[in-house]
Amino acid sequence: MNKEMVDIQSLTHQYADRVALDDVSFSVEQGTIFGILGPNGGGKTTLFKILTTLLPPTKGCAYIAGSNVATDRADVRSRIGVVFQNPSLDKKLTVLENLHHQGHLFGITGKTLRDRSVKLLSRFGIDDRAREFVEKLSGGLQRRVELAKAMLHKPAVLILDEPSTGLDPAARMDLMNALKELQAEENVTTLLTTHYLDEADRTDRVAILDLGKLKAHDTPTSLKKAVGNEVLTVSSQDPESLQAGLAKRFDLQGEVLGDSIRIECDEGRRFVPELIEAFPGEVEAVTVGRPTLDDVFVHFTGHRIHNESAENMIGRGTRS
Amino acid sequence: MSLPATLVVPTLSLWRREVVRFLRQRSRIIGALGTPVMFWLLIGGGLRHSFKLPGGDPSLNYMEYAFPGMLMLVIMFTAIFSTISVIEDRKEGFLQGVLVSPASRSAIAMGKILGSTTLALLQACVFLLLAPLAGVSLSIWSVLASIGVLTVASISLSALGFLLAWHMESTQGFHAVMNLFLMPMWLLSGSFFPASGASSWLSWTMAVNPLSYAVAALRRTMYLQTPLEDKMLPELWLSLAISLAFAATMVILAGWRVDKQAVPGT
Repeated sequence: MNKEMVDIQSLTHQYADRVALDDVSFSVEQGTIFGILGPNGGGKTTLFKILTTLLPPTKGCAYIAGSNVATDRADVRSRIGVVFQNPSLDKKLTVLENLHHQGHLFGITGKTLRDRSVKLLSRFGIDDRAREFVEKLSGGLQRRVELAKAMLHKPAVLILDEPSTGLDPAARMDLMNALKELQAEENVTTLLTTHYLDEADRTDRVAILDLGKLKAHDTPTSLKKAVGNEVLTVSSQDPESLQAGLAKRFDLQGEVLGDSIRIECDEGRRFVPELIEAFPGEVEAVTVGRPTLDDVFVHFTGHRIHNESAENMIGRGTRS
Repeated sequence: MSLPATLVVPTLSLWRREVVRFLRQRSRIIGALGTPVMFWLLIGGGLRHSFKLPGGDPSLNYMEYAFPGMLMLVIMFTAIFSTISVIEDRKEGFLQGVLVSPASRSAIAMGKILGSTTLALLQACVFLLLAPLAGVSLSIWSVLASIGVLTVASISLSALGFLLAWHMESTQGFHAVMNLFLMPMWLLSGSFFPASGASSWLSWTMAVNPLSYAVAALRRTMYLQTPLEDKMLPELWLSLAISLAFAATMVILAGWRVDKQAVPGT
């Protein structure tokens, strides 16, 4: 019953100077909202371009609803709905005109096109703006028009590249709710790339992509379980020496992130008094928490998602 | 999908988009039509009596001589504006949506070329209304024949512009192409001065410039009733044949180029 709508097999992509995707494999079942989480330059955009037929992979292959993205491009294009990071709407045209042009590109005309456009606009609550120029709409509303545009030809898979870039938190929430509705009502399969942890947390499954490698993929809950029960964050003036002390005294492997140490352990809160007594003066603050996706990301990649040093390691960004 | 669904419907839609966008941007109308009118009035007025066509009709003044060339400039400017819009479509993101649709890539080129040609003809028809001011008396047949020639010229120039712009990242780059290639192409087409009075290397350049033949064809069709006494000007049949061949070549090349590479700039 659960068909694999996206199937990626050992996908590799090599640019002239670096490897953007390194042997990435995963699949997405029908009706899933699948998030690809990673920092800028992690390979998300390259993966997006390959899946949307814009870039042929160097090695490996990817299938969308059974069609190969490199060889059956026309087939794939008629099955995917795409929302780009940068708007693809014509701002000089009205909302409705944009949808009509989109329909024509997919060979949809006449009454079918008009009916579907009206239905989608009311579906996303923008039917009262249909005759307004796109440039008059707020960023959040433009995003909804993009989504309506992508859904016009009833795609099997919706692919979104950093859809919440430039949106305020309310509009981001709004977009995610729209995706959940599409999933509940029409069993749409959605694949989205993001560097927002809270956004990834609201998807059904998350793949962590860093430096072109797939580090982990599972449900957000299982990924957090893999990290452990609790995470201690200890801030200190001199985290390196504290880290060494912790290793020596308690046999704990903590990771230094900026001016704090992050420790994954099962009984974190019981350990706090001991820790403070053992290193008086060195510990400035201790936080105990359930693992978040932030911790998951650090656990699998060894650095934070918005990390300066990681950006430097990558060098030039992938975005073209 | 069938050919109508992947080529015809998308082409018609993209064509329509060009016209709608143009009519909503008043500055473009002024730019494309106003500039040639101003050139014609200023340069034509200035050289009105000091110009003499070598070996031609002595009663022909420069306002009249330059009129067909200015019509061609309307076509050239429209093609240039439309070409710049190819680069803008990429920059503003509209093109990415077209590229991931099942529409044939050629539809992108055809939509632009047809859109540009429609706009060029609309403006050329307005410019033609000024013909009496130039002292050219047009019959209905010469108007129709001239519009035919202008159509062919517009198709070739739009397709040429598309070819040049397809891989371009910025409009700045295109300005160089425009000033160093497209404008000289117009200047050396017999629009501005006749080949007969030019130095020999210039007249050779003019002889191999395909646009010279479009201008020649336009001169011939505008004076359909009273044929021009100009032995240096290529005959109508030759001008038409070369213009048609040029247009066909450019359209085929534009369609081929856009089809060949799925994603420019990656």
